[in-house]
Amino acid sequence: MTTTLYSARKILTMNPSRPHATHVAVRDGRILGVGSLSELQGWGPSELDERFADKVIMPGFVEAHAHLMAGAMWRYTYCGYFDLRDPDGRVWPGCQSLEAVVSRLSEAARQQPEGPILGWGFDPIYFGTRRMSRADLDRVSDTRAVGMLHASFHILNVNSVALQGAQFLRPGMDHPGIPLAEDGLPTGELKGPDAMMPANPQVGLDRSLLSGDEFAIRAYGKLAVRAGVTTATDLAATLLDPELASLLRVTAESDYPLRIVPLLRLLGGTPAQTVARAVELGKQSTDQLRLGRIKVVADGSIQGFSARLRWPGYFNGAPNGLWYTAPEAIRECFTLALQHGLQVHTHTNGDEATELAIDCLAQALSAVPTRDHRFNLQHCQLADAAQFRRMKELDMCVNLFANHHFYWGDQHYATTVGPERAERMNACATAQRTGVPFTIHSDAPVTPLGPLFTAWCAVNRLTASGRVQGASERISVDAALQAITLGAAYTLKLDHEIGSIECGKRADFAVLVDDPTAVPAEQLKDVRIWGTVQGGRIFQAAGPV
Amino acid sequence: MTPTLILGGYLGAGKTTLVNHLLRHADGRRIAVMVNDFGELTIDADLIEGADEGVLALAGGCVCCSIGSDLIGALQDVLGRSRPPELILIETSGVALPAAVARSARLLPDLCIEGIVVVLDAQTVRERSADPYVGDLVRQQLLEADLLILNKIEQCNAAEQADLHRWLGVMTAPGTPIVPASQARVPPELVLGFRAQSLEPADVPQAQSLSRWQAKPIGRAGDPASERFVSELLTLPAALDPQPLLLALGDPAAGIVRAKGWITDLSGQRHLLQQVGRRIELTPLTTQTPAPGPDRLLVIGLAALYRRDNLPVNPSLKT
Repeated sequence: MTTTLYSARKILTMNPSRPHATHVAVRDGRILGVGSLSELQGWGPSELDERFADKVIMPGFVEAHAHLMAGAMWRYTYCGYFDLRDPDGRVWPGCQSLEAVVSRLSEAARQQPEGPILGWGFDPIYFGTRRMSRADLDRVSDTRAVGMLHASFHILNVNSVALQGAQFLRPGMDHPGIPLAEDGLPTGELKGPDAMMPANPQVGLDRSLLSGDEFAIRAYGKLAVRAGVTTATDLAATLLDPELASLLRVTAESDYPLRIVPLLRLLGGTPAQTVARAVELGKQSTDQLRLGRIKVVADGSIQGFSARLRWPGYFNGAPNGLWYTAPEAIRECFTLALQHGLQVHTHTNGDEATELAIDCLAQALSAVPTRDHRFNLQHCQLADAAQFRRMKELDMCVNLFANHHFYWGDQHYATTVGPERAERMNACATAQRTGVPFTIHSDAPVTPLGPLFTAWCAVNRLTASGRVQGASERISVDAALQAITLGAAYTLKLDHEIGSIECGKRADFAVLVDDPTAVPAEQLKDVRIWGTVQGGRIFQAAGPV
Repeated sequence: MTPTLILGGYLGAGKTTLVNHLLRHADGRRIAVMVNDFGELTIDADLIEGADEGVLALAGGCVCCSIGSDLIGALQDVLGRSRPPELILIETSGVALPAAVARSARLLPDLCIEGIVVVLDAQTVRERSADPYVGDLVRQQLLEADLLILNKIEQCNAAEQADLHRWLGVMTAPGTPIVPASQARVPPELVLGFRAQSLEPADVPQAQSLSRWQAKPIGRAGDPASERFVSELLTLPAALDPQPLLLALGDPAAGIVRAKGWITDLSGQRHLLQQVGRRIELTPLTTQTPAPGPDRLLVIGLAALYRRDNLPVNPSLKT
């Protein structure tokens, strides 16, 4: 029974009754106490470990909406506009021209002389009106399939070989997701899952690869360490037996640094079957793998015009989006989940989807009155103040997509929902004022995993073009740090175990080089991260700090 | 080319009941039913012979496959089976827009999408079409239908039915036939189409037996659940201008709801003609297989309406 006493430059506990400290004592992977050296020595013999003496320690960050796919993507070549670090700490410079994208992929083709070549993270909004075409990717290879997955994950560009393989390189294609060039053949841009799916296997995106992929689980763990994250969700998992087996195996390894909370998606089964499966999964939970929660997807995405909006709909007049799950199924799933004490997280992007989810929960709660259910709305990007008030009435939690402002805020302002509603999107301050427990998220790999960056987004609300969008919805640094620690833990019903540094909780820490409460708010995203402590085990991020 | 039909309609309309009815009357056709998920579809237990890798093996060589999140992949899988299906039915999710599913299925060059059949619950469709959340979706499903099956008709009295028909006339695309049904009992050929041999001269008796197909009466005598269907095998002139024929077939007053056959245009090009409700498609036949006798057209009509006065045909059989 070893007790280790870590000294730190500062410990930000997120526990208001003892907000700061200089030392934390760890025993058996849990926090024995936090305070001064002399206070903690009262616990008996201990080893003083001073490796963090010049570091700032916070509770390990909790990312409540991300996907294991964030790890899987590093099987492929990053071609995004912004610099990004890979799980091993290598910085991949942003590709700021189409030429740079082509040369990055050509290099990848040289290094891996066989098989398809796939890039990811591409975002054409930074290249004006110029779209990528199959001719661009034919320059990478005219004998191997080449693909480029967009940052949104909703569009795939492919070359002629991949088009041919998907049986798309023919005249007469008639599909809204397959634009045609002047020659009558597809340009190579494939929009939406139906257009993308036939080409996915051509470019190496195998359906079976993406579930239970051990590489992805390990890479996800490394990304988490680099971001100071000690608990992260996999927000829409299928959790079939092979996938479950790899998750159980890898997360149980003594050097696996992350607690994963996979949510079972309502898809491919009835609500009753899904709830029954989630109950069974819950029984298999381990310390590092928390099962037994359900994800429901109500609508699509705002930038894809597939989210369900209330009147007056999309700013550019696009028709309303789609329901991804029938309202009846959502209501039934909520009701059954309440009966079985399960938590449901519902993806609602548009405000009509949010309204539906609130209605469904109100009805389910009438049938099954339940306290402290903590049902979450995920994204909930467009909710207005009245909807937040209803969420409060029904004891709901919300997880807002703060990163969206930075990456797509300008598009929301100009095109999708217009200025007024763009300014209220991801209304952290409204959630706070109304008293709806909230957290903020990256939806990695849609945007990079990094709770401090996400906090920066919520605090500053800057768009990629540098405008402050929705100044009244900005929150304080303290509130943002709360959101990425204890706030997120609360939404996952894990706040009794993680989210703050206090006696009895898991020894999960984010180890920082800089103090996020001491840097200017606009530099929050630049706070350097040394690594993490998870369950008392120390993980230094790979590569340079 | 595998003939494929899209079955749409909101939850509870009776798509599943229809699928079971069709599987029971598959009449030797190897049908693959694609469903959004097994959970929603309850194939009658006595039709299921086994299950394996997401595929239910059904009586008579039929199968039922789950679409999951990848329609095209699921269709490719089913086409790649050792005994590929002769006919594919895609049962869409209740919140899907069937035309979007049809567009996606058309991405597969091996499929011939014959049309969209939408099933309605006669009792609830009007209320649903005004629902604040799904009303727009239900109205869109109505507009996208090539053929409507107005199910659970026995729940409505004669006045309600007349009212519903008027309302549907406004809510659907011009020329969309409305077929009333109880428990989704319609002539199987209405959805499944005709087997090729039904048009072979040697099989004329088979066509004849079809001709007096009658939906089993359910409910009170005299209600449209006992609506009679007629079918007729028609011989066509050796060459004709397709346009007047298509117009005549598509004329709602003719009461024709389904047709299949071969025609030869004035240039001598042969075409496959497929009609599902208001959708009529001519597919040029690439290989000039010699016609087995004169061109033929097999049609199903609603007995109350059916007339062929305007068809440029020589009837070979009368009902």
